[in-house]
Amino acid sequence: MDHTRAFLKTSVFPSLLVLVLATLPFYTPPYTTVAVTSILMYVVLTVSWAMFCGPTRYMSLATATFFGVGMYTSAVLGERLPFPLVVACGGLFSFCIGLLTGFICLRLRGFYFAIFTFGLNELVRNFALWWEAHVAHTVGRWLVLVDSLTIYYYMLAIVLLTVFVTFLIGRSRYGLILYSIGEEEEAAAHIGINVTRYRIFFFALSCLFMGLAGAVMATKWAYIDPRIAFNSILNFTPVLMALFGGVGKIYGPILGAGVLTLISELLLSRFPYYYMLLYGIIFIVIISFLPEGLVGFMKKWRKAPAVAESIR
Amino acid sequence: MGILEGDKVTRFFGGLAAVFDVDFDIDEGEIVGLIGPNGAGKTTLFNLISGSLGTTQGEIRYKDQRISNLKPHQICRLGIARTFQSVKLFPNISVFDHVFLGAICGAGYRIRATDAQKKAMRFLDLVGLSARKSELAKSLPIAEQKRLEVARALSTEPQVLLLDEVMAGLTATEVNSFTSLIHQIRDDGTTILLVEHVMQAIMAICDRIIVLHHGVKIAEGLPQEIAADPKVIEVYLGTDAYAQH
Repeated sequence: MDHTRAFLKTSVFPSLLVLVLATLPFYTPPYTTVAVTSILMYVVLTVSWAMFCGPTRYMSLATATFFGVGMYTSAVLGERLPFPLVVACGGLFSFCIGLLTGFICLRLRGFYFAIFTFGLNELVRNFALWWEAHVAHTVGRWLVLVDSLTIYYYMLAIVLLTVFVTFLIGRSRYGLILYSIGEEEEAAAHIGINVTRYRIFFFALSCLFMGLAGAVMATKWAYIDPRIAFNSILNFTPVLMALFGGVGKIYGPILGAGVLTLISELLLSRFPYYYMLLYGIIFIVIISFLPEGLVGFMKKWRKAPAVAESIR
Repeated sequence: MGILEGDKVTRFFGGLAAVFDVDFDIDEGEIVGLIGPNGAGKTTLFNLISGSLGTTQGEIRYKDQRISNLKPHQICRLGIARTFQSVKLFPNISVFDHVFLGAICGAGYRIRATDAQKKAMRFLDLVGLSARKSELAKSLPIAEQKRLEVARALSTEPQVLLLDEVMAGLTATEVNSFTSLIHQIRDDGTTILLVEHVMQAIMAICDRIIVLHHGVKIAEGLPQEIAADPKVIEVYLGTDAYAQH
């Protein structure tokens, strides 16, 4: 019974989901593809955020920064390079800036790391504003348009890549090492773990996927300026989504991103005036009653009957 | 020539000398006790050796190589492991994974995963925790948490093991079994330096004792010499003049 469930969970459900997503554009209206693209984007941001911040418990508030780096790469290189290369460059630049950020904030922990990363986004946005005004003599940039179907498949591929890499990390010794750093950093260093190196590399790796997503999404949004590309809301959304889903397991952030994006799309179309208010209320209720996220809730719900039996 | 040597090791915190001009020389295969009243600088000295802190002056050498001011993970990989005064386990990681992590990250980090698993089980057997290998560290009672810390330190393949008050807060029976564990570890070829307040244990297991007081080494010698040393008695019990009041 347990074997069947594990098999369903690790093989059948994911393959079915991928199959449905891959064939989605063939039997749904174009609107669905566009809506699902934005869900996929949030899945990439949330899973890549949780890839580093979940196990190590370093709270990064700079998702928008690396997403924005991808967007600007796309805007600057869009006309000069073929699309796949543009996307790859978006990821690569994000990775490099992630490395640099890692080196700068080596000694920061806890609140200080969170505030530093948040400040980083402000810094980058204001620098971009200054650069565009004084050096590039422009306000925003127009992008080479890419059709929504291509965008959809690129985003799906990035989701698969992000989830696959996160899965591999979780399976390998590196997952355990990252987790031990989050649990007790000093002890981790004293059993031979080069904490600094792991922190920098895996932080930068998570930035890579944010950059890839940014490079693709920029072509969908068609026009970007620094306020759009480095919008601080996107620093917080992945954190909320990951917490909502539950950060312990890989499907937590996926579920969190999927469900919350759906909820917000629904609210936005049904209650355009009260959208943010309702979203906030739902979120507060969820956090108060599901401290371990959806994954924790499902576990409890499944275990409840068993506990009742054992008491009898 | 000793395996671990200190040469005028000094560490200041602001204007306070937590450890001052301490010389030590520990031979391979020895069990050396480090004692002294609270605030004597014992844990600071451990932190200097394990790389948690840098030395202000002086130098620490391991097998003739200068190790002071190296990073903790570098020192661990050279072959010095430690436990912590206040237990520092990974609360939500299983007992087995603690030792497995030590095996794949410590001095023998080039090990294959299957060998690391075997090695992990061997150390769990040694400290008597193999039956609880799947439990989370936070669910263990304190005596077993301390044993797990020792197993994790051993799994990094140290040649020198620093034990910081592993027996504090244990019952007499637990202290006895810990004492034989420490002997066992030494017999397997690991040199041991330990900080301890449990005098019964110190006297029973140490080949040699170093006494610190206010950061300065005030005595060094065999356990019976230390027990009879007037300066040591003075710092622990006070002077006669003081006692008469």
